[in-house]
Amino acid sequence: MGFFESWGHFFDRIGLIRIGSTYAADIDFLIFLVLVVVGVWFLAAELIFVYFIMKFREKGDGRRADYIDGKNKRHKRWITYPHLAVLVFDVLIIVVSFNVWHRVKMDLPENPDAVIRITGQQWAWIIQHPGPDGELDTADDIHTVDELHVENEKLYHFKLEATDVLHSFSVPVWRIKQDAIPGRSITGWFQPTVTGEFDLQCAEICGFGHTVMQGRVFVESAEEHAAWVEANTPEEAAAPAADNTPSAG
Amino acid sequence: MRPIATTRAATGIATGKLAVWWVLASEVVIFGGLLASYVMFRLGHPEWADAAAVTDTTIGAFNTFVLLTSSLTAVLAHQAAERGDGPKAARYLYFTILGAATFIGVKTYEWWYEISHGYTITSNGFWAFYYSAAGLHAFHVIAGAVIMAFVARDAAKNLELHRVELIGIYWHFVDIVWIFLFPLLYIAK
Amino acid sequence: MVEPAVDLTHAHPHDDHAHHGPEGWKKYLWSTDHKVIAMQYMFTGMFMALVGGFMAYVFRMQLAFPGMNVPGFGMVSMGEYNALVTNHGTIMIFWVAMPVLLAAFGNFLIPLMVGADDMVFPKINRLSFQVFFVSTIVILASLVVEGGGFAGAWTAYPPLSANETYNLTPLGSTLWVVGVGLEFVAFLLGGINFITTLMNSRAPGMRAFDVPLVVWMIVVASILFMLSVGPLLAGAIMLIFDQTLGTGFFNPATGGDPILWQHLFWFFGHPEVYVVLLPAMGVVIEIIATFSRKKVFGYRIVIFTVVATGVLSFFVWAHHQFIAGIDPRMANIFTITTLLISVPIAELCFVYIATLYGGSIRLTTPMLWALAFVAEFLIGGVTGIFLGAAGADIYFHDTYFVLAHFHYTFFPIAIIGTYAAFTYWFPKMFGKMMDDRLGKWHFWLTIIPFNMIFIPLFVLGMGGQHRRISNYSGFSELARDGFQDVRVFATVSLLIMLAAQLIFFYNCWKTWRSGPKAPKNPWKANSLEWTTESPPPHGNWHPDEMPVVYRGPYEFSVPGRADDYWPQNEPPRRDRRDS
Ligand code: HEA
Ligand code: HEA
Ligand code: CUA
Ligand SMILES: [Cu+2]
Repeated sequence: MGFFESWGHFFDRIGLIRIGSTYAADIDFLIFLVLVVVGVWFLAAELIFVYFIMKFREKGDGRRADYIDGKNKRHKRWITYPHLAVLVFDVLIIVVSFNVWHRVKMDLPENPDAVIRITGQQWAWIIQHPGPDGELDTADDIHTVDELHVENEKLYHFKLEATDVLHSFSVPVWRIKQDAIPGRSITGWFQPTVTGEFDLQCAEICGFGHTVMQGRVFVESAEEHAAWVEANTPEEAAAPAADNTPSAG
Repeated sequence: MRPIATTRAATGIATGKLAVWWVLASEVVIFGGLLASYVMFRLGHPEWADAAAVTDTTIGAFNTFVLLTSSLTAVLAHQAAERGDGPKAARYLYFTILGAATFIGVKTYEWWYEISHGYTITSNGFWAFYYSAAGLHAFHVIAGAVIMAFVARDAAKNLELHRVELIGIYWHFVDIVWIFLFPLLYIAK
Repeated sequence: MVEPAVDLTHAHPHDDHAHHGPEGWKKYLWSTDHKVIAMQYMFTGMFMALVGGFMAYVFRMQLAFPGMNVPGFGMVSMGEYNALVTNHGTIMIFWVAMPVLLAAFGNFLIPLMVGADDMVFPKINRLSFQVFFVSTIVILASLVVEGGGFAGAWTAYPPLSANETYNLTPLGSTLWVVGVGLEFVAFLLGGINFITTLMNSRAPGMRAFDVPLVVWMIVVASILFMLSVGPLLAGAIMLIFDQTLGTGFFNPATGGDPILWQHLFWFFGHPEVYVVLLPAMGVVIEIIATFSRKKVFGYRIVIFTVVATGVLSFFVWAHHQFIAGIDPRMANIFTITTLLISVPIAELCFVYIATLYGGSIRLTTPMLWALAFVAEFLIGGVTGIFLGAAGADIYFHDTYFVLAHFHYTFFPIAIIGTYAAFTYWFPKMFGKMMDDRLGKWHFWLTIIPFNMIFIPLFVLGMGGQHRRISNYSGFSELARDGFQDVRVFATVSLLIMLAAQLIFFYNCWKTWRSGPKAPKNPWKANSLEWTTESPPPHGNWHPDEMPVVYRGPYEFSVPGRADDYWPQNEPPRRDRRDS
């Protein structure tokens, strides 16, 4: 869907927010579609509205208002047809929304390149990267605080957890957002498409420090990422996470 | 002195009755919400059955019986009121209040027993719901009984007899809520 | 009709200003006159609006100039910021929108519009306000107690709200729940009167479809409220137990479930938004009909769509939880229902616009407010569609886009709608005519800044700015200069708007001092409240002159009649002569 694709990059183009993941453009396309559809309706409604006010404004010429009760068919259509049309457009939006929703939240792509555990706690993101062996929950896992390091173009699954209250894992440039719930582990996915350093937010109020629950996402090229893994793999694998939290990559 | 508004009945239904139905409707959704939440949890936690096993079904059954009879006396009170026999209605209402008192008495014993055996509201999810739901219901029983006392006092003087029916409707509601609570909290093991 | 003299005077506002000594106050406090109770609700609501507005001022200042010493408040710590936002939302919805639109105007209008001398249960009505008054004190107290006010957002999601070790406000959060719970009880009590008075106490001759739409909408709103609030009341009890007794209803560690609260809250929360929407919609259609001298375009259509909206509103709640961890398949269902609800509301909007067609429109101050409501609410409405599409909500959830969306619905309702109603019925309530010129100044200086505040917030939201953050300087993408300028712009616009409110209060004061006396029916409207004195005496009409109804409330510009309006209570004999 190349043509649509291009519209999916609208907000990126106008410099509002980057497109940073494989499905970001889909979400933007949906947003843009709704913008057009309801935008048209909205403008139409407002224009007619203002036009009526102008046209039927009392001009002191003693003209009396018409007596229309809207009961007879001829008048009622002016309401019924438009609202049937609204129904049609609703269906259009629903269909596209379903596609996007399924792509992002329902059908999880098979065999990821890596799995990452992301844990929200008051008020930091504890992130557990697989170490050199590429396996999670092994001795060489790399634990970081408020820093998510991923390799560009790779498919990642994440296991989202929380230790105390609700948090919400949100990376705007990826258009990903998912609440983290204590007592559950929620699986999701993302696949970055641009390298760089981006904001990682907590999008659910989680108490006093909600504001300072600020993380960073580092999307690195293959070799950068390899280097980072290399540099941060715990020496004696059993070491507790805190000791090898790297200073900003 | 009543406003003219109160004397009208465009629907033909007595205004007081409309009001009581409104109150009951709002009560239904309150208990509905609580019990729906309970059922959801209960289905998700089969292990609560062990806790439920502790509750004493016979006592619960006895209390159910007490409430049902008290509902019966409430009906009789209504009939008496219809016939305009205030004092009689009042007497039946006092019976109903007696029923309420018995119910609360038994409940107190029950709770005292359970709590003294360490089953408190914080013990686990089941007990949390058990005390909250039954407690909310008991609160309605007490409130109902108090209002009923006032109604009976007037009725004895043949005043405001229509209220006998209203409090009766409310009492049946309190009864029905219990009919739901009993199986959910006692029988379902 | 005992003690008329007393309450008659107390239907006048200037008397409640002029109250000296306990005497007056006692009578005012203990009056059962629906008009007095309406005033009590309205002035409480007005006061709370200023409180909520002040909070908005404080945290907007913090957002525009992080770390500044806000004049009139001081430094805003992260915790204080959260508390301000939380209680701003809580107060604006439960202590401004509901008491003013639902309780104040419901109490004032229903008996007058159905031609009754009072509510059916005046004492319950008084009790309703007294409970509400206590709840007001509780919520205000919760702001100043040890540890500060509740700071877990107006949605109060557990575990944060349920556990003091997480929210650090042991007293504040419990008082908050208690306050809100009492407020609910007050409105349940109020609802009893609204519905029974409408059903049973209509004037002779008034059929269901002769009732003014605003009364219909207020009553439907009360029913929606009553049917949706129950589960949340149960939830509130559970939450209080979690907070105080240490039960684990919402605590996953003890087999509880935090999401349960979200369902209970939003099952109430979404109908609630229509609970406040409908009264405003009703007020607006009354005003539009009167000042375009037009019959409402399809009276019954409006009632049916309102009922349809009410029914649908019970099946959309999870659109607030799309990404909260609910089963993703549920999101599909709720996307459908949510978008469907745009149909009846769209129809309502179309009816309002169509009513203008062929009218003879007079742009008085109330009319301006009413028209502005339609124009602005459309923005709030259509932006709801973005959020209703689950796919888009992945990005928009908990951003300022949501925020701007609901301010574009709430502000038109709670502020624009309130001002419309206030200026329209002011002559009836207080017996004086407000100054139209000042009114228009106030109108433009409120509407223009309003858009200047919230249009920018849409942009910030699309840029990824998330909610309830006291300082964005830590987020590189959000700390961009461009964005900070936008925040400052919004805040400055707010200052302008707040200043403009002084015009309103000056206008009220001036009118009360020296405004011209209002005639019975200044707007030449049809509904019954305009057939009695301004302000109406205790009992509204003289006992033997209670109105009788012959027709619907919107018989404007009927062909062949001398004057372009036709009061509901005018006996038909006359119209034969006219035509
Ligand atoms: C009175 C207030 C009010 C009203 C009327 C509405 C109306 C609507 N709201 Fe809004 N909403 C809120 C108050 C309100 N909302 C609040 C307070 C929140 C946030 C709570 C919080 O998190 O703090 C919220 C949040 C909110 C969300 C959750 C966002 C999130 O947190 O992620 C959603 C999602 O679906 C939503 C949708 C809608 C929809 C579809 C409508 C519909 O009713 C709108 C229907 C109207 C129209 C559509 C306009 C008229 C129609 C036309 C002009 C025709 C053209 C239209 C089409 C072709 C579709 N709202
Ligand atoms: C009715 C609802 C309502 C109203 C009217 C408002 C009004 C305003 N709100 Fe409100 N707001 C909410 C409901 C409302 N808000 C809610 C529910 C939240 C979410 C809370 C949360 O996240 O938990 C919120 C959050 C919220 C935020 C987000 C903070 C954050 O997430 O970090 C912001 C930020 O700018 C904001 C700004 C404003 C501003 C500038 C106004 C201005 O419009 C205020 C201007 C005030 C006045 C103009 C008052 C003057 C009016 C009168 C004097 C009335 C007269 C009375 C009579 C005539 C009877 N609001
Ligand atoms: Cu974690 Cu907000
Ligand atoms: Cu909603």
